[in-house]
Amino acid sequence: MEFLKDFWMFLKERKKFWLVPMILILVLIGVLLVFGTSGAAAPFIYTLF
Amino acid sequence: MKILGISAFYHDSAAAIIENGVIIAAAQEERFTRKKHDPGFPVNAVKYCLEESGTSLDDLEAVVFYDKPLLKFERLLETYYGFAPVGVASFVTSIPVWIKEKMFLKKLIRDELEKVEAYDRKKLNLLFPEHHLSHAASAYYPSPFEDAAILTIDGVGEWATASICHGKGKDITVLKELQFPHSVGLLYSAFTYFLGFRVNSGEYKLMGLAPYGNADSPQVKGYIEKIKSTLVDMKEDGSVWLNQKYFTYATGLRMVPDGRWEKLFGFPRRESEAPLEQHHCDLGVAIQIVTEEIVIKMAREAQRLTGSENLCMAGGVALNCVANGKIQNENIFKNYFIQPAAGDAGGALGCALAAYYIHYQQERKVDHTKLDAMKGSYLGPESSDKEIEQAARKYSAKYTKFESFDELVKVVAGYLSEGNVIGWHQGRMEFGPRALGNRSIIGDARNEEMQKKLNLKIKYRESFRPFAPSVLAEDCGEYFDYKGISPYMLLVHPVKESRRNPYPQGFKEFGLKEKLYHKRSDIPSITHIDYSARIQTVHRESNEKYWKLIQAFKQKTGYGLIVNTSFNVRGEPIVCTPEDSYKCLMRTEMDFLVVGNYVFNKTEQPAWKEGAEWKLEYVLD
Repeated sequence: MEFLKDFWMFLKERKKFWLVPMILILVLIGVLLVFGTSGAAAPFIYTLF
Repeated sequence: MKILGISAFYHDSAAAIIENGVIIAAAQEERFTRKKHDPGFPVNAVKYCLEESGTSLDDLEAVVFYDKPLLKFERLLETYYGFAPVGVASFVTSIPVWIKEKMFLKKLIRDELEKVEAYDRKKLNLLFPEHHLSHAASAYYPSPFEDAAILTIDGVGEWATASICHGKGKDITVLKELQFPHSVGLLYSAFTYFLGFRVNSGEYKLMGLAPYGNADSPQVKGYIEKIKSTLVDMKEDGSVWLNQKYFTYATGLRMVPDGRWEKLFGFPRRESEAPLEQHHCDLGVAIQIVTEEIVIKMAREAQRLTGSENLCMAGGVALNCVANGKIQNENIFKNYFIQPAAGDAGGALGCALAAYYIHYQQERKVDHTKLDAMKGSYLGPESSDKEIEQAARKYSAKYTKFESFDELVKVVAGYLSEGNVIGWHQGRMEFGPRALGNRSIIGDARNEEMQKKLNLKIKYRESFRPFAPSVLAEDCGEYFDYKGISPYMLLVHPVKESRRNPYPQGFKEFGLKEKLYHKRSDIPSITHIDYSARIQTVHRESNEKYWKLIQAFKQKTGYGLIVNTSFNVRGEPIVCTPEDSYKCLMRTEMDFLVVGNYVFNKTEQPAWKEGAEWKLEYVLD
């Protein structure tokens, strides 16, 4: 909840509402990637970034 | 009012604590975990800062993180959007990390702090100033100035890659910013990558390599022309526009498209550890010259916008001490202060100071009796006699304990004058990438073989890399064409002409190794190939023990300067504890270790059972 509140405040402050559809699509793809990534590969990515 | 600052999750994680605006402690996580540039949450550094200041997390007014994660996320999304469909590989790699962790940074920080100690999560006040404001605050608030231009230059923060600010009293006003993907830091890092060094740590090597290039040659002039006409559009105010056709850092996993650069410069990217050839050095000097031109223009613009006679600098590019020396020579400003922890580690200190003066609106008082408010950057842990003896017991080490420090320095000065290499571990550990005489390996600057010995037998690093002098502040003008101060080893100036040996005939055509064998001056091991030196002036008021040692060396030899290099081997973080130092003594060909008043003679130590496998512990930088 705190995160959503912060994010809303951030969009308001930066006047970047045009980002919302893109964020939703990218986050959806991202979520798929998170769940689609096998347990073995995920830690590897984490160490790199 | 106590405030804890934290930098983490990218590189060089660190923590710093201030009390009523006074810097109490600061340390990088890598020193505790022994993992160079450790990006993890700085649990150990936070623990140390709390202990040093006698504070618990519940006592803190605020915990401050050094950048704004949501703004960074905005940059990430807009960059992928702007470059789409290019950047899929990078997106696939980075977005899951953001969705899992970095977007929920508040929670992550709170969770990580529980590893430090139990605390009231609801009471914790978390603040997030911008990355470049953290850098600017780290440079301005500890400086001895009440009014200053502030120049911050690095790879990238959220959007900003460089900024010009005006510091006045307790306030900092941002006047101008350069934004991603156009970045002086990333430009330099791109060349670091192309020349076969590691990005984020090899920039220093590139700077050291540059003087081996023939700056006046048509080859270098050609490279500069190519850089300016194809890669960088440089404006009069120092802002740059990088031609993204030649850079892939914004969306790829590499810095540059190798093939396109090969076509541009006429040779392929150098593989890591491959031999260095003249064209590598020439390209190195070309980008160094271009970088200097850019930062000098930025400094001029900072002066024009602020009208100040003082300049403060921070950000990774402020560690380019050759460029810093050039800025000074331009006489744009009267006075300079460069944050010793200019990289992201220093952001931990800067964000805490920004919160204190800007968010909490506290008054700022400058103590003009001191050089600055950094306490010599000796802000880390100190080793007690008990810890030294415990480490000695663990390894059945043999030592001599001196009752008098004055007696100790006389003996150590004698060892130095005989050509010995000494590990010198005293007082509080330095904050920032430079060893400033508390965690240093030291030697005799007059010794012709010292550079080779230190590079190949002790540090296990490339032979071309130069070493820096620690000189008594009052004697600086005797050795160098520089009479100011440089307490943090962040300025490069020439060795006095009268001390130099002229170049032999045909020197410019010599190979890298032959150039190295030329005895450059009467202090050859700290004189770089272009007769320059990265000076550290040692001041009695900020480090009396180190000053006394050099003074004792001067009494013995007539020379008030010694070689100072960081106490570590290649790829290893600088030593923190007496145990780290003892291990370094035994793993290398160092001759003596001095920790506090304890002297360990290598020849008297029990046989070291460990083989060469320890080298695998450290990733080469």
